[in-house]
Amino acid sequence: MKKFFSKTYFYGALSMFIIFSAGPFYIMLITMFKKSHDLFNPLNNPFWLNEGPTLEHLDLLFNQTLYVRFLLNTVLVGIAVVVITVLLAVPAAISLARLAGRWGENVGIGIFLTYLVPPTLLFIPLSRIVSFLGLQNSLWSLVLVYPTFTVPFCTWLLMSFFKSIPKDIEEQALVDGCSRVGAMARVLLPLSVPGIITVVVFSFTLVAHEYIYALSFIQDSAKKTIGIGMTTELVRGDVFYWGALMGGALIASIPVALLYTLFLDRIISGMSMGAAKR
Amino acid sequence: MKTPRILERESVLAPLMLTPVALYMVLLVGFPFLMAFVYSFSNVTVGNPEFQMVGFRNFAAVLHDPTFLKSLLNTCIFTFTSIATVLVLSNMLTELLMREFRFKWLIRFLIMLPWTAPIALGAIGYLWFLDSVFSPIDWLLRTWGLLGKPGDLLGPMSNLYWLGRPDLAMASVIVVHVWRLLPLATMIRIAGMNSIPREVIEAAQVDGAGYFRRLFHIVLPLLLPVISVTVLFSTLFTFTDMTVVWVLTKGGPPDNSTQVLASLAFLKGIQGGDLAQGAAVAIFFFPVLAGVAAVVLRIAKKAVVT
Repeated sequence: MKKFFSKTYFYGALSMFIIFSAGPFYIMLITMFKKSHDLFNPLNNPFWLNEGPTLEHLDLLFNQTLYVRFLLNTVLVGIAVVVITVLLAVPAAISLARLAGRWGENVGIGIFLTYLVPPTLLFIPLSRIVSFLGLQNSLWSLVLVYPTFTVPFCTWLLMSFFKSIPKDIEEQALVDGCSRVGAMARVLLPLSVPGIITVVVFSFTLVAHEYIYALSFIQDSAKKTIGIGMTTELVRGDVFYWGALMGGALIASIPVALLYTLFLDRIISGMSMGAAKR
Repeated sequence: MKTPRILERESVLAPLMLTPVALYMVLLVGFPFLMAFVYSFSNVTVGNPEFQMVGFRNFAAVLHDPTFLKSLLNTCIFTFTSIATVLVLSNMLTELLMREFRFKWLIRFLIMLPWTAPIALGAIGYLWFLDSVFSPIDWLLRTWGLLGKPGDLLGPMSNLYWLGRPDLAMASVIVVHVWRLLPLATMIRIAGMNSIPREVIEAAQVDGAGYFRRLFHIVLPLLLPVISVTVLFSTLFTFTDMTVVWVLTKGGPPDNSTQVLASLAFLKGIQGGDLAQGAAVAIFFFPVLAGVAAVVLRIAKKAVVT
């Protein structure tokens, strides 16, 4: 692009976008350290610490709420879902990319289409399935259901990844006397570690992001994951623990966002279905 | 490694490796998908799982329900306004981020935050931003002399009550959704831009094409597949989502002024226990899903052929 914006306009416009995007997180940061007296005076500047910092909100958050429990629940569900996703998606993706040929393309597109089915269309029947299996109010309900959105996407992502590895490498292994399965395990898998790491990270962040199923299946305070725990337990009627709420939201957001950002480019190219690739 | 000979045959190995995923998807997506349709024609409730089919009764009830009609309208306004705004803003943001500047990684991280951080947590920040008494936005407006004293542009009240007035609540929900979706749309757009050969744009430049001529005659046509995929996905996503609405307003101010189809289905089906009515509301996602799926299929087939 030619210099459409002059430098001043460029930085001005960029700053506006940064303020728009990161503003809520900045206010979380400030509010988390703000003394209550400062916080609840409508005349005080809400964008700054007018009376110095305090750790009282974080103390409340970590010691008198279920916050740590919510984090732990999220991590536990995340790990279980990641393991299931990798175990299901890796063989399926290899099969679609390497073995299945023409009908594999169609199955691949079919799997991708299931990714489009919105959770809000499925949550009512799934809530019946969950209660039929006796899993309501249990983290296992989430472990059971979350792969419905991680598996299709990750299979698709891995499929294009496996396709990008030249076939000759495996064929060489076959010539050298490896079996089909052996060639996959010893040649293809080691080469696909970056793809698998992307899938691991992405599935985990999707679990941390999920809201609707968790809201539908879990009512027990101690079983809640981070998103619903924060919005249903700490936001209660008129009693808002604002400092703790903001701190909790920020502390949980940053690691998830960092992980996601590290793998952003690869995830995006999968999301746009390769339409963005040359 | 010794493996049974039969595993050497692709016609055996390929389906074998696919079966777990196929089985799982059929049981937990395909089956519930069908059940959603069955439920919507039945009288099933949480208390009465042995249900009878009742034909179109749920749909008749739903279509005569003013709350449903309001939610349908809200969903359309919410979706259309959000997507249109995201398209315009992502075009601008892409222009900015395509250039080189210092601290690019950090700035990109900050701009991507609304999409990469969990939305339920991000929306909590907005609960404070839009608070009825302590809203930092209201504070700014008061400081700039736009609000709080008689004769001020935005009125004499000390607060705007963002989430308490129907029009402002709807606007707030849309802004937060745009906030969340903009980074994703921009990233996809940038990926698309990077796939346009530089020579094409440079050739046009040499031939004397100005910025807008290049934008409308070269960049946008080449980006069309990327932009259409973005629009389709975000339309489907926005039309069927309830997270922002639920965290910020729960469909209120009390009068359903921000109620959308997804939150209504949740209220009826999950919280109210009327599975049949909830499913009947959710079935209205199906036409949108089918439309998007049809177009995605066409694009995917084309991508496979070329």
